[in-house]
Amino acid sequence: MATINITPAKPMVMADFKGKVDPDWCPGCGDFGVLAAVQKALIELQIPNHRVATVSGIGCSSNFPGFINTYGMHTLHGRSLPVASGLKLANHDLTVLVTGGDGDGFGIGAGHFVHAMRRNINLNYFVLDNQVYGLTTGQTSPTSRIGMKTKSNPYGNMDTPVNPITLALSAGATFVGRGFSAEQKHLTELIKQAIQHKGFSFLDIFSPCVTYNHDNTFQWFRPRVKKLEDNAEYDSTNWIAAMEKATVWGEEIPIGKFYERTDLPSLEETEPVLDDGPLVDRDIRVPAEAAKRFVEELM
Amino acid sequence: MSQTFAIGIGGAAGQGVATPGDILALLFSRRGLHLNAYNAYQSIIRGGHTFLTIRAGVDEVSNLGDGIDLLIPLNQDTMERHLRLLTDGGACIYNSDTIKAGTAAEGVQLCPLPVSTLADITRNKVAQNTLALGAALSMMGVGFNVLEGVFQAQFGRKGEAVVNENVSIARAGYEYATANFKPFAKPLPMTDKRYAVLSGNTALAMGGAAAGCKFYCAYPMSPSTGVLHWMAAHGRKAGILVRQVEDEIGVINMAIGAAHGGVRSMCATSGGGFALMTEGLGLSAMAEIPVVAINCMRAGPSTGVPTKTEQGDLWQALGAAFGDFPRVIAAPLDIGDCFTLMPEIFNLTDRFQCPGIVLCDLLLSEGRLSVDPKLLDFNPHIDRGEMITSNGEVHDEYLRYKITESGVSPRAIPGIPGFTHVVSSDEHEENGVLISDEYTNHAKRRVMMDKRMRKVAGIEAAVVPPVLDGPADADVTLIGWGSTDGTIKEARAMLAEQGITTNQLQIRWIVPLHGDAILKILRGAKRTIMVENNYSGQFARYLRSETSFVADGHIRKYDGEPFMPHHIVEAVRDQLAGTTTLSIPTHEVMV
Ligand SMILES: Cc1ncc(C[n+]2csc(CCOP(=O)(O)OP(=O)(O)O)c2C)c(N)n1
Ligand code: SF4
Ligand SMILES: [Mg+2]
Repeated sequence: MATINITPAKPMVMADFKGKVDPDWCPGCGDFGVLAAVQKALIELQIPNHRVATVSGIGCSSNFPGFINTYGMHTLHGRSLPVASGLKLANHDLTVLVTGGDGDGFGIGAGHFVHAMRRNINLNYFVLDNQVYGLTTGQTSPTSRIGMKTKSNPYGNMDTPVNPITLALSAGATFVGRGFSAEQKHLTELIKQAIQHKGFSFLDIFSPCVTYNHDNTFQWFRPRVKKLEDNAEYDSTNWIAAMEKATVWGEEIPIGKFYERTDLPSLEETEPVLDDGPLVDRDIRVPAEAAKRFVEELM
Repeated sequence: MSQTFAIGIGGAAGQGVATPGDILALLFSRRGLHLNAYNAYQSIIRGGHTFLTIRAGVDEVSNLGDGIDLLIPLNQDTMERHLRLLTDGGACIYNSDTIKAGTAAEGVQLCPLPVSTLADITRNKVAQNTLALGAALSMMGVGFNVLEGVFQAQFGRKGEAVVNENVSIARAGYEYATANFKPFAKPLPMTDKRYAVLSGNTALAMGGAAAGCKFYCAYPMSPSTGVLHWMAAHGRKAGILVRQVEDEIGVINMAIGAAHGGVRSMCATSGGGFALMTEGLGLSAMAEIPVVAINCMRAGPSTGVPTKTEQGDLWQALGAAFGDFPRVIAAPLDIGDCFTLMPEIFNLTDRFQCPGIVLCDLLLSEGRLSVDPKLLDFNPHIDRGEMITSNGEVHDEYLRYKITESGVSPRAIPGIPGFTHVVSSDEHEENGVLISDEYTNHAKRRVMMDKRMRKVAGIEAAVVPPVLDGPADADVTLIGWGSTDGTIKEARAMLAEQGITTNQLQIRWIVPLHGDAILKILRGAKRTIMVENNYSGQFARYLRSETSFVADGHIRKYDGEPFMPHHIVEAVRDQLAGTTTLSIPTHEVMV
């Protein structure tokens, strides 16, 4: 898509993507690493910051757009995907990133998550998954493990956690991956690939909450995460294999690109109304001939 | 009062009430007649009862009137429910093979059609409808030829054979009626005018298109679905992207996203869907992204009566979303106004970067009206407000929420170099940086609230105050809002014939209301009566809250059906006689 190929007048450097304010996340929060990786990926891809829009919901992780210098939208809890979809369809030449938390995306926004993937709209959805509700000070989230004690489940969570990877695979996402905030190089590469993918790309990114999640900490993840890219056998075009790998959880937790298919057109490519370029660039008037016919139809 | 001719066609859902209805509407409009049509139906695809009224005349037909001149019952049930609507001079055409005549009033002509001897009913299941159409035409004094053209328009797509079969069946009905039935006293008039016939939903959709809407999305919900259907069928030609979305929460947020992208965007729903949209409307207000949401009201609460009309969502619109913020709310007065209003409300929402709500209702959404095609103007005035669409100008740091005297801050569209910024749902500073949570600061909050709320004054100045229709010294002032306009007008004409003078204050802009102007008008009124299609007098309460004005009397209806003119006439007479100050007319027509 044109967006990715636009060469800026001067090369984009880290300062260009630095937000107006510094992140107010707790020191050590996993979200810092995700922000850095996104900025690095954009610089490596040399996408001008004014051609990027970052859309989020509400949560600690959803404060993301405020900390990166792109066009940003800070929307409602759980509603980042529909807002981003509308923005993308109005101007499909923009690179649209969507960021938010596990509660935002898999709890209150779960319905939109499934349907956005079905549409294969060219959005890049990065969930900063800390398996807890951070901003609301530590309640159970849809990805909290069974038995995890939180303020809202002091005796331990009883609900089976959502598996974001299998959910995305079964909803038809055409790019599905998992990253870890502490694996910067790996994560940056994954984000680059996601942005370059035409169609919906989804990354579940482990981004530990150092304040409210004492189960799934950096220390807990470090020895467990295993990169799919280190496994020469692994074929990320094989959906069944991806489903199988996605269910692996415990002593080993796979990260990396689980799945990608490139044979499906994105929504913007299939939608004939967008053939003549972004909606925002069109003449505001209905073509006179069409308008005339609309009225004649009624007579 | 001008002459009209009204036809009622009734039957079970699935019996084909709509087709003869469409054909008659086309026929009337091709004769240069005005018309107003409304289908009273039930939430059922097969069975139940549906009753279509089409009223035509040389002059504008502002409402459905009180009675009918011709009844075409397609089943026994309809005969029983509606025969009593006919008065002296009226007629009833029915299939005498399957339907028994009821007892009609003096002077009503019963016209039995021996359907099985006139047509091959094994071949054509809706032969009775077509025969009745032919017979009706003969009795209305219309030459048969016009029907061929109309059938061509209606069935042409299905092929020549279908057209011919229908023509020959209709001809049999026509000839049978000419030989056996008495024609109506006055033949159907004709003019050389040509009108466009459309539903309110089509008008809202076309009005949106004319306003430059480029993004429409929806989740189906009666009675708003017609907007989606028009958009879906015409979007590609109009250059409008149309999407069916997973739910109404998705709908409003997608529309807001598209609007932020720089295009005009809108959506339509009914009460339940509108309830789901409310948080999004707050986002539109806070982030200052214009969006237009249409609520086609049906009888509530909850799932309510999906196929019946009501003006019951006024307070839902007034209170949609939490917190204080500027908004505009308009209620179209008739189907033509559904079109005209759309560019107006888009201009306001763009200029003041706030949500706009259209309060339509089932009566207008699904009713049909003839309008002068010139009214469907696809080149309306368009004002997109203060928008930055290129990086032409020199600027320091761009402040999306710059403090200005008008409260309006120039809006940069994403994609332009040098204007990157964040729009936010949390309270923010001029540059979009959040001031809630870590940055909470009461002084900054106040400045931002004041900035947004300053737009209220601008909105008020941009909309003209309502005016009184009729003599200032009338005996009675009738106050209505939105879709009741036409029925109140006809009731006033009827009251005038009875020696009671009236005037009318019909409210189109709910917000801004112009309370001072309204008070000035109403202070001079002799007796004020408010007419509303809801239980609690929602507009009366609103007017009272804004102006302290209390009307002398009220006429309310909440049975799901619209007002008929005689309901208002009788209620006004009762109230003048001093018997009551709250009239709740009974809908005598059993639909
Ligand atoms: C409609 C609505 N319900 C609830 C909230 C309160 N709320 C804000 S953020 C949040 C959960 C945040 O969790 P998550 O999305 O995982 O983000 P995190 O803070 O963990 O990054 C909740 C419940 C809200 N803002 N809006
Ligand atoms: S509460 Fe948790 S998620 Fe939120 S900023 Fe602090 S560490 Fe990060
Ligand atoms: Mg979380």
